Amino acid sequence: MTAVLTQPRPIRLKGRSFLALALAPELPFEDWLARLDDLAARSAGFFLRRPAVLDVNGLDIDRAELRGLVDELAKRNVRIMGIEGARPSLLGPDMPPAMADGRPASDFEAPITDGAPAAAAPAPEVIAAPQPPKTIPSMVVNAPVRSGQSLFFPEGDVTIVGSVASGAEIVAGGSIHVYGTLRGRAMAGTMGNSSARIFCRRLEAELIAIDGFYKTAEDLDPELHGKAVHVWLEGEALKTEILG
Amino acid sequence: MGKVIVVTSGKGGVGKTTSSAALGAALAQGGDKVVVVDFDVGLRNLDLVMGAERRVVYDLVNVIQGEAKLTQALIRDKRVETLYLLPASQTRDKDNLTPEGVEKVINSLKKAFDWVICDSPAGIERGATLAMRHADVAIVVTNPEVSSVRDSDRIIGLLDAKTVRAESGERVEKHLLLTRYDPARASRGDMLKVDDVLEILSIPLLGIIPESMDVLRASNLGAPVTLADEGSAPARAYFDAVRRLKGDAIPVTVPGEKRGFFGKIFGRKAA
Repeated sequence: MTAVLTQPRPIRLKGRSFLALALAPELPFEDWLARLDDLAARSAGFFLRRPAVLDVNGLDIDRAELRGLVDELAKRNVRIMGIEGARPSLLGPDMPPAMADGRPASDFEAPITDGAPAAAAPAPEVIAAPQPPKTIPSMVVNAPVRSGQSLFFPEGDVTIVGSVASGAEIVAGGSIHVYGTLRGRAMAGTMGNSSARIFCRRLEAELIAIDGFYKTAEDLDPELHGKAVHVWLEGEALKTEILG
Repeated sequence: MGKVIVVTSGKGGVGKTTSSAALGAALAQGGDKVVVVDFDVGLRNLDLVMGAERRVVYDLVNVIQGEAKLTQALIRDKRVETLYLLPASQTRDKDNLTPEGVEKVINSLKKAFDWVICDSPAGIERGATLAMRHADVAIVVTNPEVSSVRDSDRIIGLLDAKTVRAESGERVEKHLLLTRYDPARASRGDMLKVDDVLEILSIPLLGIIPESMDVLRASNLGAPVTLADEGSAPARAYFDAVRRLKGDAIPVTVPGEKRGFFGKIFGRKAA
Protein backbone atom coordinates (compact mmCIF):
# COMPACT_ATOMS: atom_id res chain seq x y z
CA MET A 1 0.00 0.00 0.00
CA THR A 2 1.16 3.40 -0.81
CA ALA A 3 0.34 6.04 1.72
CA VAL A 4 -1.35 8.96 0.06
CA LEU A 5 -1.19 12.32 1.68
CA THR A 6 -4.45 13.97 0.87
CA GLN A 7 -3.84 17.00 3.02
CA PRO A 8 -0.13 17.63 2.97
CA ARG A 9 0.86 19.07 6.32
CA PRO A 10 4.17 20.88 6.07
CA ILE A 11 6.77 20.58 8.80
CA ARG A 12 6.98 23.78 10.76
CA LEU A 13 10.38 25.34 11.00
CA LYS A 14 10.57 28.19 13.41
CA GLY A 15 13.32 30.50 14.54
CA ARG A 16 13.80 31.18 18.22
CA SER A 17 16.42 33.08 20.09
CA PHE A 18 17.10 32.40 23.75
CA LEU A 19 19.24 34.06 26.30
CA ALA A 20 21.88 31.71 27.60
CA LEU A 21 24.47 31.92 30.32
CA ALA A 22 27.92 31.92 28.83
CA LEU A 23 30.61 30.48 31.08
CA ALA A 24 34.16 31.50 30.28
CA PRO A 25 36.45 29.13 32.22
CA GLU A 26 40.02 30.05 32.96
CA LEU A 27 43.13 27.93 33.23
CA PRO A 28 43.97 26.05 35.36
CA PHE A 29 40.57 24.43 35.44
CA GLU A 30 40.99 23.04 38.99
CA ASP A 31 41.21 26.57 40.43
CA TRP A 32 38.36 27.82 38.28
CA LEU A 33 36.15 24.88 39.28
CA ALA A 34 36.97 25.56 42.92
CA ARG A 35 35.80 29.15 42.52
CA LEU A 36 32.68 27.91 40.75
CA ASP A 37 32.01 25.51 43.62
CA ASP A 38 32.42 28.38 46.02
CA LEU A 39 29.87 30.45 44.13
CA ALA A 40 27.45 27.51 43.89
CA ALA A 41 27.82 26.92 47.63
CA ARG A 42 26.80 30.50 48.35
CA SER A 43 23.90 30.61 45.94
CA ALA A 44 22.31 27.23 45.84
CA GLY A 45 20.56 26.40 42.65
CA PHE A 46 22.11 29.15 40.59
CA PHE A 47 23.26 26.70 37.96
CA LEU A 48 20.74 24.05 38.67
CA ARG A 49 19.57 22.60 35.36
CA ARG A 50 20.14 25.96 33.73
CA PRO A 51 21.63 25.38 30.28
CA ALA A 52 24.84 27.23 29.63
CA VAL A 53 27.18 27.89 26.76
CA LEU A 54 30.86 27.23 27.36
CA ASP A 55 33.09 29.94 25.89
CA VAL A 56 36.56 28.46 25.41
CA ASN A 57 37.81 31.22 23.13
CA GLY A 58 41.53 31.76 23.57
CA LEU A 59 42.08 28.78 25.85
CA ASP A 60 44.98 26.50 24.95
CA ILE A 61 43.48 23.11 25.75
CA ASP A 62 43.16 19.73 24.08
CA ARG A 63 40.17 17.55 23.49
CA ALA A 64 40.60 15.43 26.63
CA GLU A 65 40.84 18.52 28.83
CA LEU A 66 37.71 20.01 27.29
CA ARG A 67 35.81 16.76 27.74
CA GLY A 68 37.04 16.58 31.34
CA LEU A 69 35.73 20.07 31.99
CA VAL A 70 32.32 19.30 30.47
CA ASP A 71 32.11 16.17 32.67
CA GLU A 72 33.14 18.12 35.77
CA LEU A 73 30.44 20.70 35.05
CA ALA A 74 27.86 17.95 34.51
CA LYS A 75 28.70 16.62 37.99
CA ARG A 76 27.80 20.10 39.31
CA ASN A 77 24.46 20.05 37.48
CA VAL A 78 25.64 22.57 34.88
CA ARG A 79 24.46 21.33 31.52
CA ILE A 80 26.41 22.60 28.58
CA MET A 81 24.19 23.15 25.54
CA GLY A 82 26.95 24.30 23.24
CA ILE A 83 30.57 25.30 23.01
CA GLU A 84 31.67 28.61 21.60
CA GLY A 85 35.08 29.46 20.25
CA ALA A 86 36.38 25.88 20.02
CA ARG A 87 38.40 24.59 17.11
CA PRO A 88 36.54 21.86 15.21
CA SER A 89 39.25 19.37 16.25
CA LEU A 90 38.31 19.88 19.89
CA LEU A 91 34.76 18.72 19.36
CA GLY A 92 33.53 15.20 18.84
CA PRO A 93 30.11 13.75 18.18
CA ASP A 94 29.74 12.99 21.89
CA MET A 95 30.36 16.61 22.82
CA PRO A 96 27.97 19.54 22.88
CA PRO A 97 27.71 21.19 19.46
CA ALA A 98 29.71 24.21 18.36
CA MET A 99 27.96 27.56 18.56
CA ALA A 100 28.84 30.74 16.76
CA ASP A 101 27.60 34.28 16.15
CA GLY A 102 26.52 34.79 19.74
CA ARG A 103 25.63 38.38 20.49
CA PRO A 104 26.74 39.71 23.85
CA ALA A 105 24.10 40.95 26.24
CA SER A 106 24.65 42.79 29.49
CA ASP A 107 26.53 40.92 32.20
CA PHE A 108 24.60 38.72 34.55
CA GLU A 109 25.02 39.50 38.24
CA ALA A 110 25.93 36.38 40.12
CA PRO A 111 23.66 36.26 43.17
CA ILE A 112 25.56 36.59 46.39
CA THR A 113 23.72 35.61 49.52
CA ASP A 114 23.80 37.87 52.57
CA GLY A 115 26.81 37.65 54.76
CA ALA A 116 29.13 36.35 52.11
CA PRO A 117 32.25 38.41 51.65
CA ALA A 118 31.72 40.44 48.52
CA ALA A 119 35.19 39.96 47.10
CA ALA A 120 35.71 36.44 48.35
CA ALA A 121 35.96 34.92 44.92
CA PRO A 122 35.68 36.43 41.49
CA ALA A 123 32.42 35.31 39.95
CA PRO A 124 32.65 33.49 36.65
CA GLU A 125 31.92 35.69 33.68
CA VAL A 126 28.26 35.13 33.07
CA ILE A 127 26.58 36.91 30.22
CA ALA A 128 22.87 37.25 29.77
CA ALA A 129 20.32 40.01 29.52
CA PRO A 130 18.25 40.30 32.66
CA GLN A 131 15.60 42.35 30.83
CA PRO A 132 14.14 41.85 27.38
CA PRO A 133 15.08 44.63 24.95
CA LYS A 134 12.66 47.52 24.71
CA THR A 135 10.09 46.67 22.07
CA ILE A 136 9.23 49.00 19.25
CA PRO A 137 5.62 48.37 18.36
CA SER A 138 5.71 48.96 14.62
CA MET A 139 7.72 49.90 11.60
CA VAL A 140 6.49 51.94 8.65
CA VAL A 141 8.22 51.75 5.28
CA ASN A 142 7.36 54.53 2.85
CA ALA A 143 8.98 53.04 -0.24
CA PRO A 144 8.43 49.96 -2.35
CA VAL A 145 10.31 46.88 -1.15
CA ARG A 146 12.42 45.79 -4.11
CA SER A 147 13.27 42.32 -5.32
CA GLY A 148 16.10 40.82 -3.28
CA GLN A 149 15.43 43.05 -0.28
CA SER A 150 14.54 41.41 2.98
CA LEU A 151 12.86 43.27 5.78
CA PHE A 152 13.26 41.59 9.16
CA PHE A 153 11.38 43.09 12.08
CA PRO A 154 10.84 40.52 14.84
CA GLU A 155 9.71 43.18 17.32
CA GLY A 156 6.29 43.91 15.88
CA ASP A 157 4.12 45.04 12.99
CA VAL A 158 5.35 46.15 9.60
CA THR A 159 3.42 48.55 7.38
CA ILE A 160 4.53 49.08 3.79
CA VAL A 161 3.19 52.11 1.94
CA GLY A 162 4.01 50.74 -1.50
CA SER A 163 4.41 47.36 -3.11
CA VAL A 164 6.47 44.33 -2.17
CA ALA A 165 8.19 43.03 -5.29
CA SER A 166 8.51 39.47 -6.47
CA GLY A 167 11.63 38.10 -4.81
CA ALA A 168 11.39 40.44 -1.82
CA GLU A 169 10.42 39.29 1.67
CA ILE A 170 8.93 40.77 4.80
CA VAL A 171 9.46 38.95 8.08
CA ALA A 172 7.57 40.43 11.02
CA GLY A 173 7.04 39.38 14.60
CA GLY A 174 3.59 40.94 14.40
CA SER A 175 1.19 41.70 11.55
CA ILE A 176 2.05 42.84 8.04
CA HIS A 177 0.13 45.56 6.19
CA VAL A 178 0.87 46.26 2.54
CA TYR A 179 -0.75 49.32 0.97
CA GLY A 180 0.16 48.21 -2.51
CA THR A 181 0.62 44.92 -4.30
CA LEU A 182 2.14 42.05 -2.34
CA ARG A 183 4.09 40.04 -4.92
CA GLY A 184 6.89 38.68 -2.75
CA ARG A 185 6.80 36.77 0.53
CA ALA A 186 5.13 37.91 3.71
CA MET A 187 5.80 36.05 6.95
CA ALA A 188 3.91 37.39 9.94
CA GLY A 189 4.01 36.30 13.58
CA THR A 190 7.35 34.58 13.09
CA MET A 191 8.27 34.73 16.76
CA GLY A 192 5.34 32.53 17.63
CA ASN A 193 2.52 35.02 17.42
CA SER A 194 -0.47 33.14 16.07
CA SER A 195 -2.72 36.19 16.29
CA ALA A 196 -0.63 38.08 13.72
CA ARG A 197 -2.35 38.89 10.43
CA ILE A 198 -1.51 39.89 6.90
CA PHE A 199 -3.38 42.58 5.00
CA CYS A 200 -2.68 43.72 1.47
CA ARG A 201 -4.36 45.85 -1.11
CA ARG A 202 -3.56 43.42 -3.94
CA LEU A 203 -2.55 39.84 -3.33
CA GLU A 204 -0.15 38.34 -5.87
CA ALA A 205 2.14 36.84 -3.23
CA GLU A 206 4.67 34.09 -3.76
CA LEU A 207 4.22 32.93 -0.19
CA ILE A 208 2.31 33.97 2.88
CA ALA A 209 2.90 32.60 6.38
CA ILE A 210 1.66 33.21 9.90
CA ASP A 211 3.43 31.67 12.87
CA GLY A 212 5.17 29.15 10.65
CA PHE A 213 2.06 27.98 8.78
CA TYR A 214 2.47 28.88 5.17
CA LYS A 215 0.84 28.76 1.77
CA THR A 216 2.60 29.21 -1.55
CA ALA A 217 1.04 30.95 -4.53
CA GLU A 218 -0.03 27.54 -5.84
CA ASP A 219 -1.98 26.71 -2.68
CA LEU A 220 -3.81 30.01 -2.65
CA ASP A 221 -7.32 30.26 -4.00
CA PRO A 222 -7.07 31.78 -7.52
CA GLU A 223 -10.14 33.84 -6.63
CA LEU A 224 -7.95 35.88 -4.29
CA HIS A 225 -5.43 36.87 -6.94
CA GLY A 226 -5.26 40.61 -7.39
CA LYS A 227 -7.79 41.28 -4.64
CA ALA A 228 -7.48 43.11 -1.36
CA VAL A 229 -7.06 40.25 1.09
CA HIS A 230 -6.95 39.66 4.82
CA VAL A 231 -5.14 36.56 6.11
CA TRP A 232 -5.29 35.15 9.62
CA LEU A 233 -4.68 31.89 11.44
CA GLU A 234 -7.39 29.71 12.89
CA GLY A 235 -5.95 26.75 14.72
CA GLU A 236 -3.55 25.36 12.15
CA ALA A 237 -5.30 26.69 9.07
CA LEU A 238 -4.63 29.91 7.22
CA LYS A 239 -7.93 31.67 6.59
CA THR A 240 -8.37 34.25 3.88
CA GLU A 241 -11.05 36.76 3.14
CA ILE A 242 -11.48 39.33 0.39
CA LEU A 243 -11.76 42.79 1.88
CA GLY A 244 -14.73 44.72 0.60
CA MET B 1 30.38 69.66 -13.51
CA GLY B 2 28.87 67.03 -15.76
CA LYS B 3 26.18 64.57 -14.86
CA VAL B 4 26.96 60.90 -14.38
CA ILE B 5 24.41 58.51 -15.84
CA VAL B 6 24.50 54.77 -15.31
CA VAL B 7 22.73 52.58 -17.85
CA THR B 8 21.90 49.41 -15.99
CA SER B 9 19.43 46.50 -15.91
CA GLY B 10 20.56 43.48 -13.94
CA LYS B 11 19.61 41.14 -16.76
CA GLY B 12 21.80 40.70 -19.81
CA GLY B 13 20.79 41.20 -23.41
CA VAL B 14 18.09 43.77 -22.75
CA GLY B 15 19.84 46.59 -24.62
CA LYS B 16 22.11 48.41 -22.17
CA THR B 17 25.01 48.82 -24.56
CA THR B 18 22.78 49.72 -27.53
CA SER B 19 20.99 52.29 -25.38
CA SER B 20 24.22 53.71 -23.92
CA ALA B 21 25.57 54.27 -27.43
CA ALA B 22 22.30 55.63 -28.83
CA LEU B 23 21.65 58.00 -25.93
CA GLY B 24 25.28 59.11 -25.82
CA ALA B 25 25.28 59.84 -29.55
CA ALA B 26 21.91 61.62 -29.37
CA LEU B 27 23.15 63.87 -26.55
CA ALA B 28 26.35 64.61 -28.47
CA GLN B 29 24.40 65.33 -31.67
CA GLY B 30 22.67 68.08 -29.73
CA GLY B 31 26.08 69.65 -29.08
CA ASP B 32 26.75 68.39 -25.54
CA LYS B 33 30.14 66.93 -24.71
CA VAL B 34 29.60 63.25 -23.93
CA VAL B 35 31.77 60.32 -22.90
CA VAL B 36 30.46 56.77 -22.84
CA VAL B 37 32.37 54.51 -20.45
CA ASP B 38 32.31 50.74 -20.91
CA PHE B 39 32.34 49.01 -17.50
CA ASP B 40 32.00 45.52 -18.90
CA VAL B 41 35.61 44.51 -18.28
CA GLY B 42 36.31 41.19 -19.93
CA LEU B 43 33.26 41.29 -22.21
CA ARG B 44 33.43 44.66 -23.86
CA ASN B 45 31.02 45.45 -26.67
CA LEU B 46 30.55 49.18 -26.66
CA ASP B 47 33.56 49.72 -28.92
CA LEU B 48 31.91 47.49 -31.55
CA VAL B 49 28.52 49.18 -31.31
CA MET B 50 30.22 52.57 -31.64
CA GLY B 51 32.48 51.42 -34.45
CA ALA B 52 35.72 52.16 -32.61
CA GLU B 53 37.05 48.64 -32.11
CA ARG B 54 40.01 49.16 -34.41
CA ARG B 55 41.17 52.28 -32.61
CA VAL B 56 41.41 50.94 -29.05
CA VAL B 57 44.91 51.34 -27.61
CA TYR B 58 44.45 51.93 -23.90
CA ASP B 59 41.39 51.16 -21.80
CA LEU B 60 39.71 51.86 -18.47
CA VAL B 61 41.82 49.29 -16.61
CA ASN B 62 45.05 50.80 -17.99
CA VAL B 63 43.96 54.21 -16.69
CA ILE B 64 43.00 52.83 -13.28
CA GLN B 65 46.27 50.94 -12.95
CA GLY B 66 48.20 54.07 -13.91
CA GLU B 67 49.56 52.56 -17.14
CA ALA B 68 48.00 55.25 -19.31
CA LYS B 69 46.66 58.77 -18.98
CA LEU B 70 42.93 59.31 -19.29
CA THR B 71 43.44 61.43 -22.43
CA GLN B 72 45.35 58.58 -24.06
CA ALA B 73 42.52 56.13 -23.49
CA LEU B 74 39.65 58.33 -24.67
CA ILE B 75 38.59 57.70 -28.27
CA ARG B 76 36.88 60.50 -30.15
CA ASP B 77 34.04 59.50 -32.45
CA LYS B 78 34.72 60.11 -36.14
CA ARG B 79 31.16 61.23 -36.90
CA VAL B 80 30.25 63.40 -33.92
CA GLU B 81 33.02 65.62 -32.58
CA THR B 82 31.74 65.87 -29.04
CA LEU B 83 31.28 62.12 -28.53
CA TYR B 84 33.99 60.10 -26.79
CA LEU B 85 34.39 56.48 -25.76
CA LEU B 86 36.36 55.08 -22.85
CA PRO B 87 36.64 51.38 -23.69
CA ALA B 88 36.79 48.47 -21.26
CA SER B 89 39.59 45.96 -21.23
CA GLN B 90 38.87 42.66 -22.92
CA THR B 91 41.85 40.78 -21.52
CA ARG B 92 41.92 41.91 -17.90
CA ASP B 93 39.87 40.66 -15.02
CA LYS B 94 37.12 42.83 -13.56
CA ASP B 95 38.91 42.65 -10.19
CA ASN B 96 41.25 45.26 -11.63
CA LEU B 97 38.49 47.82 -11.19
CA THR B 98 39.13 49.37 -7.80
CA PRO B 99 36.63 51.68 -6.08
CA GLU B 100 39.32 54.36 -5.64
CA GLY B 101 40.43 54.08 -9.26
CA VAL B 102 36.88 54.31 -10.59
CA GLU B 103 36.18 57.32 -8.38
CA LYS B 104 39.24 59.10 -9.69
CA VAL B 105 38.39 58.44 -13.33
CA ILE B 106 34.74 59.48 -12.93
CA ASN B 107 35.72 62.69 -11.14
CA SER B 108 38.15 63.66 -13.90
CA LEU B 109 35.57 62.87 -16.58
CA LYS B 110 32.90 64.92 -14.79
CA LYS B 111 35.16 67.96 -15.01
CA ALA B 112 35.69 67.62 -18.75
CA PHE B 113 32.31 66.41 -20.03
CA ASP B 114 28.65 67.43 -19.79
CA TRP B 115 27.53 63.81 -19.57
CA VAL B 116 29.39 60.73 -18.36
CA ILE B 117 27.43 57.65 -19.42
CA CYS B 118 28.46 54.45 -17.65
CA ASP B 119 27.47 51.31 -19.55
CA SER B 120 27.03 48.74 -16.78
CA PRO B 121 27.69 45.03 -17.21
CA ALA B 122 24.83 42.62 -16.50
CA GLY B 123 24.54 41.15 -13.03
CA ILE B 124 24.90 42.69 -9.61
CA GLU B 125 28.59 41.95 -8.99
CA ARG B 126 31.56 44.25 -8.78
CA GLY B 127 31.43 45.67 -12.31
CA ALA B 128 27.76 46.59 -12.02
CA THR B 129 28.04 48.05 -8.52
CA LEU B 130 31.09 50.12 -9.49
CA ALA B 131 29.36 51.39 -12.63
CA MET B 132 26.42 52.68 -10.57
CA ARG B 133 28.54 53.85 -7.60
CA HIS B 134 28.95 57.51 -8.62
CA ALA B 135 25.77 57.95 -10.66
CA ASP B 136 23.58 61.04 -10.38
CA VAL B 137 21.02 59.56 -12.74
CA ALA B 138 20.19 55.93 -13.47
CA ILE B 139 18.55 54.68 -16.63
CA VAL B 140 17.09 51.27 -15.92
CA VAL B 141 16.79 49.35 -19.19
CA THR B 142 13.98 46.81 -19.07
CA ASN B 143 12.28 44.50 -21.55
CA PRO B 144 8.56 43.95 -21.13
CA GLU B 145 8.89 40.46 -19.70
CA VAL B 146 8.81 39.18 -16.12
CA SER B 147 12.44 38.14 -15.57
CA SER B 148 13.77 41.43 -16.88
CA VAL B 149 11.29 43.39 -14.75
CA ARG B 150 12.24 41.50 -11.59
CA ASP B 151 15.98 41.98 -12.23
CA SER B 152 15.37 45.68 -12.80
CA ASP B 153 13.53 45.86 -9.52
CA ARG B 154 16.55 44.32 -7.81
CA ILE B 155 18.83 46.88 -9.45
CA ILE B 156 16.58 49.76 -8.34
CA GLY B 157 16.93 48.47 -4.78
CA LEU B 158 20.71 48.51 -5.14
CA LEU B 159 20.62 52.03 -6.59
CA ASP B 160 18.83 53.11 -3.43
CA ALA B 161 21.40 51.42 -1.19
CA LYS B 162 24.82 51.08 -2.74
CA THR B 163 25.47 54.37 -4.51
CA VAL B 164 27.45 57.29 -3.12
CA ARG B 165 24.30 59.41 -3.32
CA ALA B 166 22.21 56.88 -1.41
CA GLU B 167 24.88 56.52 1.24
CA SER B 168 24.98 60.28 1.80
CA GLY B 169 21.20 60.41 2.15
CA GLU B 170 20.46 61.75 -1.33
CA ARG B 171 18.53 60.03 -4.08
CA VAL B 172 19.69 58.78 -7.42
CA GLU B 173 17.27 60.05 -10.08
CA LYS B 174 15.88 56.91 -11.71
CA HIS B 175 14.28 56.50 -15.15
CA LEU B 176 12.81 53.50 -16.88
CA LEU B 177 13.72 52.84 -20.50
CA LEU B 178 11.52 50.12 -21.90
CA THR B 179 13.36 48.48 -24.80
CA ARG B 180 12.64 45.79 -27.37
CA TYR B 181 8.96 46.61 -27.18
CA ASP B 182 7.20 44.60 -29.86
CA PRO B 183 3.79 46.07 -30.78
CA ALA B 184 2.68 42.88 -32.54
CA ARG B 185 3.42 40.71 -29.50
CA ALA B 186 1.92 43.32 -27.19
CA SER B 187 -1.35 43.27 -29.15
CA ARG B 188 -1.44 39.47 -28.82
CA GLY B 189 -0.90 39.82 -25.08
CA ASP B 190 2.44 37.94 -25.20
CA MET B 191 4.24 40.72 -23.41
CA LEU B 192 3.80 42.61 -20.21
CA LYS B 193 1.83 45.79 -20.73
CA VAL B 194 3.55 49.13 -20.30
CA ASP B 195 1.25 50.01 -17.42
CA ASP B 196 2.03 46.75 -15.64
CA VAL B 197 5.77 47.33 -15.87
CA LEU B 198 5.35 50.89 -14.60
CA GLU B 199 3.17 49.71 -11.76
CA ILE B 200 5.70 47.08 -10.67
CA LEU B 201 8.80 49.25 -10.92
CA SER B 202 7.17 52.57 -9.96
CA ILE B 203 9.80 54.84 -11.48
CA PRO B 204 9.14 57.44 -14.22
CA LEU B 205 9.20 56.33 -17.85
CA LEU B 206 11.93 57.86 -20.00
CA GLY B 207 10.87 56.23 -23.24
CA ILE B 208 9.77 53.12 -25.09
CA ILE B 209 12.11 51.81 -27.76
CA PRO B 210 10.39 49.53 -30.28
CA GLU B 211 11.96 46.20 -31.24
CA SER B 212 13.36 46.89 -34.67
CA MET B 213 15.68 45.53 -37.33
CA ASP B 214 17.14 49.03 -37.53
CA VAL B 215 18.84 48.47 -34.17
CA LEU B 216 20.49 45.25 -35.32
CA ARG B 217 21.49 46.81 -38.63
CA ALA B 218 23.05 49.78 -36.83
CA SER B 219 25.08 47.53 -34.47
CA ASN B 220 26.39 45.58 -37.42
CA LEU B 221 27.41 48.82 -39.07
CA GLY B 222 29.19 49.88 -35.89
CA ALA B 223 27.05 52.98 -35.42
CA PRO B 224 24.68 53.98 -32.64
CA VAL B 225 21.16 53.78 -34.05
CA THR B 226 20.67 57.52 -33.56
CA LEU B 227 23.59 58.09 -35.96
CA ALA B 228 22.98 55.27 -38.40
CA ASP B 229 19.41 56.16 -39.29
CA GLU B 230 18.11 59.29 -37.61
CA GLY B 231 14.62 58.87 -39.03
CA SER B 232 14.05 55.29 -37.90
CA ALA B 233 11.48 54.54 -35.20
CA PRO B 234 14.04 53.47 -32.55
CA ALA B 235 16.24 56.49 -33.28
CA ARG B 236 13.28 58.85 -32.87
CA ALA B 237 12.38 57.12 -29.60
CA TYR B 238 15.95 57.62 -28.32
CA PHE B 239 15.91 61.31 -29.36
CA ASP B 240 12.66 61.76 -27.44
CA ALA B 241 14.16 59.98 -24.42
CA VAL B 242 17.11 62.38 -24.46
CA ARG B 243 14.76 65.38 -24.54
CA ARG B 244 12.91 64.00 -21.52
CA LEU B 245 16.23 63.37 -19.77
CA LYS B 246 17.03 67.06 -20.22
CA GLY B 247 13.70 68.00 -18.68
CA ASP B 248 11.31 68.40 -21.64
CA ALA B 249 7.83 67.18 -20.74
CA ILE B 250 6.86 65.39 -23.93
CA PRO B 251 4.28 62.61 -23.74
CA VAL B 252 5.40 59.01 -24.25
CA THR B 253 3.68 57.19 -27.10
CA VAL B 254 3.33 53.44 -26.97
CA PRO B 255 4.62 52.05 -30.29
CA GLY B 256 1.97 50.44 -32.46
CA GLU B 257 -1.02 51.74 -30.53
CA LYS B 258 -2.09 53.87 -33.50
CA ARG B 259 -1.76 51.01 -35.89
CA GLY B 260 -3.63 48.81 -33.46
CA PHE B 261 -6.47 51.28 -33.53
CA PHE B 262 -6.65 51.35 -37.35
CA GLY B 263 -6.13 47.62 -37.44
CA LYS B 264 -9.26 47.24 -35.38
CA ILE B 265 -11.29 49.41 -37.76
CA PHE B 266 -10.07 47.58 -40.83
CA GLY B 267 -10.54 44.29 -39.10
CA ARG B 268 -14.13 45.15 -38.43
CA LYS B 269 -14.76 46.20 -42.07
CA ALA B 270 -13.35 42.98 -43.44
CA ALA B 271 -15.57 40.97 -41.14
